Amino acid sequence: MGRSLKKGPYCEPKLLKKIQDMNDKGEKRVIKTWSRSSTIFPEFVGHTIAVHDGRKHIPIYLTEDMVGHKLGEFSPTRTFKGHGSHTERSSALK
Amino acid sequence: MARISGIDLPRDKRVEVGLTYIFGIGRSTAQQILASAGVNPDTRIKDLTEEEVNRLREIIDKNYRVEGDLRREVSLSIKRLMEIGCYRGLRHRRGLPVRGQRTKTNARTRKGGKKTVGAKRKK
Repeated sequence: MGRSLKKGPYCEPKLLKKIQDMNDKGEKRVIKTWSRSSTIFPEFVGHTIAVHDGRKHIPIYLTEDMVGHKLGEFSPTRTFKGHGSHTERSSALK
Repeated sequence: MARISGIDLPRDKRVEVGLTYIFGIGRSTAQQILASAGVNPDTRIKDLTEEEVNRLREIIDKNYRVEGDLRREVSLSIKRLMEIGCYRGLRHRRGLPVRGQRTKTNARTRKGGKKTVGAKRKK
């Protein structure tokens, strides 16, 4: 279910403030964040944000197309290594 | 012969159903269209007067996105998802369900026919 329009899109205030500071000064720097649920605002375009995936921070360069998505959508939390490879260890167990 | 927005011409059906042969128009959209055109939904397509057909055509052309245009819009938005590298895009690339369904079992619509995986016979 979507978020109520009354409240507007969510973004962590700290992150938003950091971006705005950077925009004011016109500098670009990678920001680490754990806030995967923050919406990408138009102000974020062109910045690089390192989004936590549960283990490490994945740097994401934000483009215009990404506005409106959440940061977490770009930093997958699962690594799928594939099924059914017959390793030495698994055959030794049998 | 009724021919609305390109290639479509079903014949012996009621208009309400016949309109749904157009990609992008389902039952409820069809009902809305007929109401705003003032056409009885129970008439058969072949019984429509030329003037009624024109009214329907005009309403659809003006207010609805159908057929080729709609298909293009859909594929463009999927392409966009794939290009920005977000989770939904990755699922599209892999041909797996996009909306959080389980994949331990089922999900056959997205994954296609059965493929047996693993299950090596032990010696």
